[in-house]
Amino acid sequence: MYSEKVMDHFEHPRNVGEIENASGVGTVGNAKCGDIMRIYLDIDENQIIRDVKFKTFGCGAAVATSSMATELVKGKSVQQAMQVTNRAVMEALDGLPPVKVHCSLLAEEAIHAALWDYAEKNGIQIEGLKRPKTDIHEGEEE
Amino acid sequence: MEEKKCIYLDNAATTKTAPEAVEAMLPYFSTWYGNPSSIYSLAAESKKAVTKARETLAGILGAEANEIYFTAGGSEADNWAIKATAEAYADKGKHIITSKIEHHAVLHTCDYLAKRGYEITYVDVDEDGIIKFEDLKRAIRPDTILISVMTANNEIGSLQPIREIGKLAKEHGILFHTDAVQAFGHIPIEVNECHIDMLSASGHKFNGPKGIGFLYIRKGVKIRSFLHGGAQERSRRAGTENVPGIVGMGCAAELAERTMQERAEKERELSGYLIERMEKEIPYCRLNGDRNKRLPNNVNFSFQFVEGESLLIMLDRKGICASSGSACTSGSLDPSHVLLAIGLPHEIAHGSLRLTVSHENTIEEMDETVDAIKEIVKRLRDMSPLYEDFIKKEGKEDVQ
Repeated sequence: MYSEKVMDHFEHPRNVGEIENASGVGTVGNAKCGDIMRIYLDIDENQIIRDVKFKTFGCGAAVATSSMATELVKGKSVQQAMQVTNRAVMEALDGLPPVKVHCSLLAEEAIHAALWDYAEKNGIQIEGLKRPKTDIHEGEEE
Repeated sequence: MEEKKCIYLDNAATTKTAPEAVEAMLPYFSTWYGNPSSIYSLAAESKKAVTKARETLAGILGAEANEIYFTAGGSEADNWAIKATAEAYADKGKHIITSKIEHHAVLHTCDYLAKRGYEITYVDVDEDGIIKFEDLKRAIRPDTILISVMTANNEIGSLQPIREIGKLAKEHGILFHTDAVQAFGHIPIEVNECHIDMLSASGHKFNGPKGIGFLYIRKGVKIRSFLHGGAQERSRRAGTENVPGIVGMGCAAELAERTMQERAEKERELSGYLIERMEKEIPYCRLNGDRNKRLPNNVNFSFQFVEGESLLIMLDRKGICASSGSACTSGSLDPSHVLLAIGLPHEIAHGSLRLTVSHENTIEEMDETVDAIKEIVKRLRDMSPLYEDFIKKEGKEDVQ
């Protein structure tokens, strides 16, 4: 059901871990739906993403999209990272089954949430970046 | 796909067809291929084989042969029993009682009827997945026409008190249907002792072939045809009989009945070993379902901070076949209704794993499986933000 690239990123996920004192951290999704992604960014003074790490609770596609998303933003500028859309993540993984497309959306949101955290901490604005919609507590209460 | 070595632990999904059943079926494909309804002697052999299988199944249940009706499987039997009862007894009432942990073949059929003017009461189960009998009692009304409660649950293996339910239904003059798809051929069931009016079973769950099952209908129950057409099955189920399927199921049932005790003992040994090792060696896990009142072959665990589909894929890479109540494996966002019904929070229900053994498995395979699960659960927890939060916020020690 998954492409070879998805399986590769699921079995050998890149950039798993945490960054202490990260420039920005974003957590999206909720446990109720079965997917939570957290992305840590280390951004230098020139707004270049020096390092990126992730932790994900979720299905194979959720892990693979997190892994691919971190690969796509690593070494990029903040502006370039804004161009990493869910479509870009999906294409880089040679596609996802239709029921798993939301995982790639979550990856895009996780990056945006981490960038938002970075922007807030530093009092700057990133063009095109909106306050993240989903947060970890959303939908937890019934 | 080429055949590769695998440890098959998904016998609740389907079982390997017994070689004896395959052997018994073969002549009915190309030697005795006659239509049992035909008049010539070629067909007589097919008819005889169908009759023999019917008698075998009836004998196992303590029923009469003419109370067994062949269907294309368990889902058809469930649909037939419930829809046809609703139709036939609508004059008496339009209220049906079932449980929250039924198979979708029952639940979705009840939902269908609910949209057509019937009232359904879905009775709760306790934290071990056993129906709350007092709640069931209280749910009975003058217009209740049917109680449908499964014999054993397909996910967590919990055995329901069908004898008590049958007695209760009889006392109130209500029909009792039980979905015995997971139970038939695995544990003894006697339709008269348990006052069962209708019972669904499926061949491939007890080492018979797929695409064949049956509905037991007690004499006197007035439900009509579900499939209209020819006069097969005493004009109650049209369609040319699946003769090889019927023969295979009959053979498998006979085999299952004969070896039930020794198979159950072996399965209990294997499942007990799995449960013991996992509880001892994997932190933050829980056994789902009743510890004692469960099918001998069923093991169901939840692992906190881990998602089920990830676990399944990694197990598959190691050649281990299992299943999960995770949403990702069901194609919806909600995890298993059974795990939610026993009170598990969503995130824990997402991290469930069902292992259903067979008598053909070995202790060595159980060891290999636990070792694999331990390694995979640790790996997934190491990349889980939920586990990270748990360790940090709770100040817990990483005991893995």
